Amino acid sequence: MSVIANTKLSFDEDQAMIMEVAREFCRNKSTMQAVRGLLDSASGFDSNAWRELADLGWLGIALPEQLGGSGLGVAHTVAIVEAMGRSMLSGPFVTSTLAAQLVLRAGSSAVGDRLLRDVIAGVPATVAQLESADWGSDSCACLIDDNGQLQGSKRFVADAEVAGWLVLVSRYRGAPALALIQAEQLPPAAIKTHTLVDETKRAATIDFSGLQLAPEAIISTEGLSAALRDYALLGALLSAAEATGSAAACLDSTVEYLKTRKQFGKLIGSYQALKHPCVDILNAIDASRSFLYHAATLLGDEPLSRDAEIACRMAKAQASETLLYASDRAVQFHGAMGFTYDCDAQLYIRRAQWSQQQFGDAAHHRKRLAALLLDE
Amino acid sequence: MSVSEQDLQDFRQEVSAWMRDNKPADPGFLLPQSFMEVGTEQQLDFLREWQHKVWQAGYLGMAWPKEYGGGGLSPIFQSIADQEMRRHGVPICFNVIGLGWAGPLINDIGSDEQKARYLKGILSAEDIWCQGFSEPDHGSDLGSAQTRAVREADEYVINGTKIWTTMGNYARYMILLARTNPQTERKYDGLSFFLAPMDVPGIDAVPIRKVTGEYGFTETFFKDARIPAESLMGGEGQGWKIAMKTLQYERGAEAGAAGGLAFERIVIDDMIEQLRDMSRDGAPLLSDPVTRDHLVRLIMEEKSIALGDKRAAIAPLTTDYPFSLQLSSKLRITEYARRMRQFAIAQQGAAGSLYVGDEQARQGGFWQRAYFNSFSATIGGGTSQVQANIIAEHILGLPK
Ligand SMILES: Cc1cc2nc3c(=O)[nH]c(=O)nc-3n(C[C@H](O)[C@H](O)[C@H](O)COP(=O)(O)OP(=O)(O)OC[C@H]3O[C@@H](n4cnc5c(N)ncnc54)[C@H](O)[C@@H]3O)c2cc1C
Repeated sequence: MSVIANTKLSFDEDQAMIMEVAREFCRNKSTMQAVRGLLDSASGFDSNAWRELADLGWLGIALPEQLGGSGLGVAHTVAIVEAMGRSMLSGPFVTSTLAAQLVLRAGSSAVGDRLLRDVIAGVPATVAQLESADWGSDSCACLIDDNGQLQGSKRFVADAEVAGWLVLVSRYRGAPALALIQAEQLPPAAIKTHTLVDETKRAATIDFSGLQLAPEAIISTEGLSAALRDYALLGALLSAAEATGSAAACLDSTVEYLKTRKQFGKLIGSYQALKHPCVDILNAIDASRSFLYHAATLLGDEPLSRDAEIACRMAKAQASETLLYASDRAVQFHGAMGFTYDCDAQLYIRRAQWSQQQFGDAAHHRKRLAALLLDE
Repeated sequence: MSVSEQDLQDFRQEVSAWMRDNKPADPGFLLPQSFMEVGTEQQLDFLREWQHKVWQAGYLGMAWPKEYGGGGLSPIFQSIADQEMRRHGVPICFNVIGLGWAGPLINDIGSDEQKARYLKGILSAEDIWCQGFSEPDHGSDLGSAQTRAVREADEYVINGTKIWTTMGNYARYMILLARTNPQTERKYDGLSFFLAPMDVPGIDAVPIRKVTGEYGFTETFFKDARIPAESLMGGEGQGWKIAMKTLQYERGAEAGAAGGLAFERIVIDDMIEQLRDMSRDGAPLLSDPVTRDHLVRLIMEEKSIALGDKRAAIAPLTTDYPFSLQLSSKLRITEYARRMRQFAIAQQGAAGSLYVGDEQARQGGFWQRAYFNSFSATIGGGTSQVQANIIAEHILGLPK
């Protein structure tokens, strides 16, 4: 069988409509001035915009109708996240969507349903998973003891400070388990905020030690391993969507500068040393978008297929490198202006470093793609 | 004319069966990997016979008018036939300059008389066509071409030199770009476009040997060559506009080509197959982490090209830079092919140093030859660098 194999790509009217609305929304709510205004705020996002976004039903797009969602599936969030990336709109949308997907895919429970209903209503949720900097490690030292008490901490927890719900990835009685925790339950001073390279983002280390869980808040189902795998893949995909949007915005801003700045009596955009890399960036963005919507085409509510796994990993591998390249050149092509904090290139180059480390960098995914494509 | 899904399915089965049954056996000599590499009479005869056969079976020029040798059908049939040709790995339909560029042009803007005279011979492979655009001193800067055409009574007298003329030594006709007026303000306005016969006195096509060691194009000298005045296409001074239109067909940006394969299809699966039994450091090559990482990059690139073709057809997913995928397609595909083939040689270890003719060469030196030949597409039809300029200017709106 060909290593290229599945090249399905479709996009329905609902998706097209959502995309249009999302772009318009993000453009209006998240001007560059607004983005900069939020950089050193505590929450990092505009709570009014968040409220409106929840009212638009976006947090329920991928969640079942019986819980109040619209049941369209997670594929329909890809265009929203890409639009957010493009406008650098911050907030816990991706984090909450992913936390909800993990809980949904882990199997139904009363506490899980409460969490999902809350997310749909606009209560942010997040997943506490990493303990080390290594996305490829699955060692877990933050454990639930036999009495339901927690010991240990998690790092790099996205949007920890604003999350109403925390989904802890842990182990209980020797098996993988999730603990569904409400923010009020956290011990005092449990959250220690990180200083992030991307100032539009927020994350923290959380020490869960001493927290007592009710038995029903521990989810240790058979499907959990598959749910965790799919969570990581969807995380890669949505990070790729955001990065692709940011890369497109980054290219736009670079091209704009190249059309206005003159040196040696000519617009600098006429120099091929600048022009041709812009074409490379355009092509890389085109490849990223193709992978994104190909992956979206292959997603459903059921566990991800092998083809979908390949597509999500390719999307992330491509998008990470695209944004790294686009933003790196953006700084260089603005000259000393590009080296300033005032130039928007800084937002993109910081986003690129942050984004590549979400759900594994390009090499992480290529390594797994090699196994999927060359060994089977 | 409405065509049902069933019709198309039936048709696909029919072509598929025909290709399977009629695919020629290995002729025992090297076949060209593209239409730009026809270098021997043996190759020429073989390809001519094949194209003729495909046309007679009704699988070439399916959308061209019936009265001129075409099938008079919807283009969808030809695209299915092409897909099946690709799938069965049959030989190319080598008369590409006729099938893909001159033919569509004549179909679009030619007179009925021109259509009657030229189109059928293009399809049947009786009349081979070549393209006389590039000159020794004017390649990318085609608008500066200097070959002269001077009107004398009912003839034009041609003087000058064209070069890199693919199949110049086999062609019966040439699409020729020549200067009828050397004194125009804009260099483009002095150019005219001809459908020139090659069998008149004063034309000499001298084969040039290529990097592969094979032949395929010529330097083409015109010394007081007289061609009939009716060879002029459009009016005097319209040559540039018409040449640009031909380039649109050539780059696939405009439809109308007769169909058939122009290139042997070489995909990454072919390469991975040959890597399976290779070793590095005493272990299977495909277990080497560096090789694996590089391979995945290439697989992704090939896949992104296939996905790009799909996405290009979905309007809401192309709003940012409309037509970027179409306009960048040649650049992306040809540059990818070049790198992929270069990588294939690099994996062969010491055997990578062998070439066509050495009996120990891997696959008879296929990848070495394929890599060298990949430049025909990164240079011919507008170099990659010039393509990048076009994309930067037309898609990104950057200044010239
Ligand atoms: C296999 C093959 C078959 C061909 N068949 C035909 C044919 O049948 N008929 C025909 O008319 N021609 C044919 N050509 C010629 C082809 O169209 C020209 O080679 C091509 O247009 C480039 O021109 P050149 O070779 O003069 O290179 P040049 O234009 O001299 O270019 C040399 C280098 O400079 C770069 N360069 C040039 N201008 C620019 C610019 N503005 N910006 C950046 N870089 C630039 C080029 O990319 C290239 O790397 C063929 C070529 C090949 C390789």
